[in-house]
Amino acid sequence: MQWNWAFVAEITPTLLQGLKLTLLITLLSAIVAAVLGLVFAIARRSPNRLVARPVSFLVEFIRGTPLLVQLYFIFYVLPDIGILLPPLVAGVIGMGLHYATYTAEVYRAGIENVPRGQWEAARATNLTTRQTWVHVIVPQAVPPMIPALANYLIAMFKETPLLSAITVLELMNQAKSVANSSYRYIEPMTMVGVFFLGMSLVSVVILRWLEHRYGRLGK
Amino acid sequence: MPEWSGYLTLILQGALVTAQLTLFGSVLALLAAFTAGLGRIAPWWPLRWLATLYIEFFRGTSIYVQLFWAYFVLPFMGISLSPLAAGVLALGLNVGAYAAEVVRGAILSVPKDQYEATVALNLTKVQRMRHVILPQALPLMLPTFGNNAIELLKATAVVSLISLTDMTFQAQIVRAQTGSTLVPFAMILLLYFAMALVISTLVRKLERRMTRGLEGVR
Repeated sequence: MQWNWAFVAEITPTLLQGLKLTLLITLLSAIVAAVLGLVFAIARRSPNRLVARPVSFLVEFIRGTPLLVQLYFIFYVLPDIGILLPPLVAGVIGMGLHYATYTAEVYRAGIENVPRGQWEAARATNLTTRQTWVHVIVPQAVPPMIPALANYLIAMFKETPLLSAITVLELMNQAKSVANSSYRYIEPMTMVGVFFLGMSLVSVVILRWLEHRYGRLGK
Repeated sequence: MPEWSGYLTLILQGALVTAQLTLFGSVLALLAAFTAGLGRIAPWWPLRWLATLYIEFFRGTSIYVQLFWAYFVLPFMGISLSPLAAGVLALGLNVGAYAAEVVRGAILSVPKDQYEATVALNLTKVQRMRHVILPQALPLMLPTFGNNAIELLKATAVVSLISLTDMTFQAQIVRAQTGSTLVPFAMILLLYFAMALVISTLVRKLERRMTRGLEGVR
């Protein structure tokens, strides 16, 4: 089978629509992952063992099992107990939750890197636990970790094709439906690959800039 | 109540396929990682260039795209792969690209005076790698390799989308036939977790073995 440029031109608008949804999903799940990851990281450090232990186990469990199965679980099992989610929401929650367990580790490294004196100073100035986290620890722990967090943003972007399995019409699914209706696989699949490669090359440039701007850990 | 024992066997058969994929994929990934990792620090530039191209390409595109490409596009070019072969190929090459960077990093982190010492002792390049550099670099690679193996295990779930009867695929069949969703999915989640635990335990054991005798060196 030969490569057909006319066909490529014909399917590009459909694929671009998929790409737009892919970017939207990435952005939304990134927000979920960034927020939830911080919650996990702080909860794991809780002095209350009834909080720290279960959260630790949950994080390890989510990180040790495939995202695809978790997506199936959210999409197929939750409706049985009355929680019916649209595919997009299920996908964003699933991906956000999965990557939150990774960002939690990143935050943990950032938090451990805040000098001990900062904790002691917070105690000495009689700040509450909440105040210590909000005003002292988090503002110092998070900025150095931004490049590492951005790394996971790229990883998430590359995982979005999984959402096609729960019927979200993102880039991969658009390509598949084009391929199935025209019986041509080479162009759609290759184009998806090209889009992904292009996007990750752009994101590498952005990542370099972020590393330059926020600096590496320990510098 | 459906016949659970039959469905249980189905899922366990799937678990076997998943284990196979993980094993073969890891072997291929290991080969690719060392080839590309050593290629990236080779003194000959075309080799460096090729290795960089491989790594950037496989890290830059998504594993799902690679898998679909291996299964749906390669046949049009005259290379027909069975789903298992396509799965192993895509998984192995993808994870291998990530692991190649680990190999490179670990080898470069061996202190420079070790290289100088091998030159002073007149060792050949092979001897230098085999007896001096690798024994020090391998323990550094192992923990990350363990993580990579777990990533590979998790990525195997995707092969169910190219109709390979792995654990996830079988769970979908059980779901379709029984209408029960919680049992099959909860079960395979636990099985995946158990497999991940096995991998991390094995790697930790291996690490302890390999670092034996290295105390006080670093």
